[in-house]
Amino acid sequence: MSAFIVRRLMQAVLVLLVMSMLVFFGIYAVGDPIQILINPDAPQAEIDRARAALGLDLPLLEQYWLFLKNALQGDLGISFVYNEPAIELILQRFPATLELALVALVFAILLGVPLGIYAGLYPDRASSKAIMAGSILGFSVPTFWIGLMLILLFAVELGWLPATGRGQTAEIFGIETSLATVDGWSHIVLPAFNLALFQIALAIRMSRASMREVLGQEYIKFARAKGLAARRINWVYAFRNTLIPLITVLGLEFGSILAFSVVTETIFAWPGMGKLIIDSINLLDRPVVVAYVLVTAMIFVIINLLVDLSYAALDPRFRTASRG
Amino acid sequence: MATHPAQGDAGPKAGGRRPGSGDGRSAVRTSWLWRLRHSLFTSQLRDFADNKVALVASIVFFAIVVLALVAPVITPQNPHDLTQIDIMDSRLAPGAEGWGGQTYLLGTDTQGRDMFSAILYGLRISLFVAVASGAIALTIGLSAGLTAAYFGGAVDALIMRIVDIQLSFPAILIALVMLAVMGKGVDKVIYALVFVQWAYYARTIRSAAITERQKEYLEAAQCLALSHRQIVFSHLLPNCLPPVIVVATMQIASAIAIEATLSFLGLGLPVTQPSLGLLIANGFSLMMSGEYWVSVFPGVALLITIMSVNLMGDQLRDVLNPRNQR
Repeated sequence: MSAFIVRRLMQAVLVLLVMSMLVFFGIYAVGDPIQILINPDAPQAEIDRARAALGLDLPLLEQYWLFLKNALQGDLGISFVYNEPAIELILQRFPATLELALVALVFAILLGVPLGIYAGLYPDRASSKAIMAGSILGFSVPTFWIGLMLILLFAVELGWLPATGRGQTAEIFGIETSLATVDGWSHIVLPAFNLALFQIALAIRMSRASMREVLGQEYIKFARAKGLAARRINWVYAFRNTLIPLITVLGLEFGSILAFSVVTETIFAWPGMGKLIIDSINLLDRPVVVAYVLVTAMIFVIINLLVDLSYAALDPRFRTASRG
Repeated sequence: MATHPAQGDAGPKAGGRRPGSGDGRSAVRTSWLWRLRHSLFTSQLRDFADNKVALVASIVFFAIVVLALVAPVITPQNPHDLTQIDIMDSRLAPGAEGWGGQTYLLGTDTQGRDMFSAILYGLRISLFVAVASGAIALTIGLSAGLTAAYFGGAVDALIMRIVDIQLSFPAILIALVMLAVMGKGVDKVIYALVFVQWAYYARTIRSAAITERQKEYLEAAQCLALSHRQIVFSHLLPNCLPPVIVVATMQIASAIAIEATLSFLGLGLPVTQPSLGLLIANGFSLMMSGEYWVSVFPGVALLITIMSVNLMGDQLRDVLNPRNQR
């Protein structure tokens, strides 16, 4: 088990290193940030001075080495636009994104899993077929478009919910969150539902499929033959064994939710990391883009590690296999 | 397991290249077609056609493809040609009559562009990007996956580790970062989509090939001392195709969606190449004032396209899955 963790950690470090190289060299190969920062009509001496001040006159490898050394000390550069440390800009906005993603994940589990289990238990009912058709719709609808349609329906036409922004926040246990106020909830419902749509569809399909698979196994037949109550078979024998794939997929999907929050935040003007990165790309604010990529890569590496570990903890077969 | 010569590290050596076998060419051709026909186009196709959902989805999809292909012939105007657009006709509601007496079936946008024409031209671009990137990603993924499965050992471990790491990041995020670095453009969107898609194909083909590799017909092929190329392309590959076809349909749908999303965010295609995503983005600001059609209709077109591909893929999966065969 510990060998497994060490191997995974080493891989994680390698992934981060490769990511930092790709983004750093990629972004610096494409263009010269000086041209954006300084008026091109400025005298050459001034351009040179600015270049030296930013360390852009050094050889590329040396620049990367400096970047890496600073990055290890938590310094990912200063934003060209806000003139603040890039890492701080991202961390300031992280709670808003995390909050949105968590609410979306909860929506996905509370709506998707029960519907999928139902469709798996009674596959021939018309309602089950309707649920499955709905899940294909959930897969097919482009997230950003359904976001627009939600705004059109609930904000423009009906006027029930606000279209943009985070609303009023308050503190719960010292954490600034919009879940503490009614206004906050009214702001988060639409974007969170929008963000959750794909995962609701996925949870439905996953839980239905694994329920169907488990119900066909020998031990379920045996339990039936023993005359156990259907409820006990369904919930104790079958449901528990559908949990492993569900947890894995939904855990991995949390990363996907975080990634797609870029889209949802842009549509609903949610002040999170996603909106920051889109704004920064459009403003060519490179330090923020590089910092965003590294922070996100770090988050993903951690999520994947946690999913692997929880997988190992839940499935005894996996534990013995990884020991060898 | 151990009886099979292609297993493990001994594989390439045991099934190694032998000189001669120049007569293989035509035999390869016939067996390819024969296998394809017998593995795909008989009982499964009948099952597929029996399924009403699949049939309707395929008809809708092919209708969309045809509409996109013949767009220049059937649309009332070329939305990219500024001389054909009348600014006086801007922001007209669906069905409204324009300055020149023509009727705009789906309304017009802020420039006075006919939305029906713009949607069909947008479809052309969206489909082209998705199919082109899918074809390139398929080629790369197939090569990588087959290489991994056939040679096994360290090659397999290396390729699949790269695939695993890449698949642990969401496609939209990788594509977004790549476009943030490279900038806008049709070619760049295609690069980004190829980069995010090849790993799905590689993983699919590898797992199919590893299952096939253990079967007796491959052992027979190796006993006949056929070359690597013959074994891989005329025996292994055709039998691995069913799951790849399913993944390909799903990937096409996802490529269309990713491209639309990136273009909507302003990172994908340039304004001169308005795909459906860009059309929807253009209508975003108008929507708040109730002019819904500029965003809604391109979105409906996008939805129908993606949904028809997904439904086709869904039914294909049921039909091609050997476990479901009666």
